Amino acid sequence: MVLKAQVVVVVAVINMYLSIILIFIMSLFVASSADVQAAVLQGDRIDVLYHSYDGGGMKIDGPAILLRKKASETLAVSAYYYVDSISSASVDVMSTASPYTEKRKEAQLGVEYLHDKTLIDFSIRKSDENDYLAKSVNLNISQDTFGDLTNLSLGVAYSDNDVKRNGDEFFSEQSQQYRVRAGISQILTRNLSVNLNFEAVADEGYLNNPYRSVRFVDNSQASGVGYQGEVYPNTRNSFASKVSASYFLPYRAALFFHYRYFSDSWQIDASDIELSYRHPIANAFEVEFKVRYYQQTQASFYSDLYPYQDSQNYLARDKELSEFNDLTLGLGFTYLVPPKFIYGGLKSEVSLQWDYIQFDYKNFRDPTAGDVVGSEPLYGFSANVIRLFYSLYF
Amino acid sequence: MYNKQLLIGTLMVMSLLNLSGCSSLNIEPWVKPYERQNLADPIMSNNRHPIANMHIAHVYEARESSRGAEGTGGGGCGCN
Repeated sequence: MVLKAQVVVVVAVINMYLSIILIFIMSLFVASSADVQAAVLQGDRIDVLYHSYDGGGMKIDGPAILLRKKASETLAVSAYYYVDSISSASVDVMSTASPYTEKRKEAQLGVEYLHDKTLIDFSIRKSDENDYLAKSVNLNISQDTFGDLTNLSLGVAYSDNDVKRNGDEFFSEQSQQYRVRAGISQILTRNLSVNLNFEAVADEGYLNNPYRSVRFVDNSQASGVGYQGEVYPNTRNSFASKVSASYFLPYRAALFFHYRYFSDSWQIDASDIELSYRHPIANAFEVEFKVRYYQQTQASFYSDLYPYQDSQNYLARDKELSEFNDLTLGLGFTYLVPPKFIYGGLKSEVSLQWDYIQFDYKNFRDPTAGDVVGSEPLYGFSANVIRLFYSLYF
Repeated sequence: MYNKQLLIGTLMVMSLLNLSGCSSLNIEPWVKPYERQNLADPIMSNNRHPIANMHIAHVYEARESSRGAEGTGGGGCGCN
C-alpha cells in the first residue's frame, strides 16, 4: 500500500515536471524568435581514450572512443563507445564469493539540432554486461538568452534495465529510471561564469545487487556469523543540486569550483566539493591540479552486522550505502601538438590525467581481517585512476 | 522537499523570463560580446575533454551513492 502511494507520488511529481518542461520549451520558441544573433554548433572532433582504475582489489581498464561530426551548420551527430574490462577481488567478493572477471560495453548515438539559439540534443544509449542490460534515451534542450549572457537548459532521460544473475538461468528482474534535470549558466563578469544544475532521479523495480549478502549474528555457527541476501526497497527518489564557477585569472590560468548537495528517499545525504586549477606552460603544455572531497551518510536500512536473521524488512551491506568519505587528488598534463606535425595542419592534444582517491568507511568493517565478528577494523582503500587520451579537432 | 520547491520556482521564473523575451525587461547585458575573449579561451572550457569527464562521472557514480546534476548530461552509469 505504501509502495503504491510512493509510486503515485513519483508519477505525480514527474507529470508536474513534464508540464513545466512543456511550458519552458514553448517559451523557448517564443523567445528565440525575438533574438537575432545565432549560436553555432561545436566543431568536429574525435577522442580516443585508454582508462584504468586500480584499487580495493578491483582492476578495471579499457578503451573508449568519441566522434562528433557536423552534417550541416544546424545538425551534428555523435557516437561513443566504451569498454570496461573488470577483474574483481574486492572486499565484498572475498568475504562471501569468488573473484570474477567480466566486460561491460557501452554504446551511445546522439544527434544535435540547432534552431536559432536553441540546441536540442537527443541520444540513445545501451550498456551491456553478461548479467545487466541497460537501455536509455536522453533529451536535452538548451537556449542562449539575454544577450547570450545566460544559457538555460532542461533535460529528461529514461532508462530500462534487465538484471540477471550468472549461474541462475531462472533469475530475471527489471528496473526503470527516470531523470529530469534543469540548469542555468550565467556570465557574471568578463572573467567569471557560474552554473546552477538540478536533477531529480526516480528508480523503481529491482534495485538490489543480486549477488551481495548481508551478515547477522548467528551463534549456531562456529564463526558466529550467518549470511542472507540483500533486500532493497523497490523505489528510490533522489534530488541533487550543484553550483559551479569558472574564473579566468589575469595571467591566463583558470580556476574551477563546484559544490553539490544530494539527498534521497533512503535517507542518504551527500555532498562533494571540488577545486581545480589549470595553468599553461610555454604555449605547448597545460598542467591541471584537482582536489575533491566527498562525504555521505548511510541508508536508513544499512547495517554492517544485523542482530539476527530477517531483523528488518530491508537489508543492505553495500559499502556504497554506508557512511563514508573519500578524498581525490588529481594531476593532469596536456600537450598541445603543433599543427605542423599533423596532416592537414589540424589541431590536436595529448592528455594524461591521474587521480588518487582515498576511501574511508565509517561503518563498514573488513570481514577478511579475521577479528571477532563486529569488531574488525573499519575498511578503507585507495585507488589510482588513469586516463590517457588523444583529441583531434578537424 | 525544499530543494524540489526551489527547482520548480527556478523553472517557472526561467520560463517567465523567456516568455517576456528578457529584452523587454530593459536590462542591458553587462558583459558585451567583445568582452568575452577571456571566458571563450579554451583554458576556461569545463567540458574541453568530454570523454575524460564521462569517465570521471562513471568512476564516481559507481562508488558513491550521490548521482545527478553533474552537468555532463549523462543518463546514468548502468552499473550495479
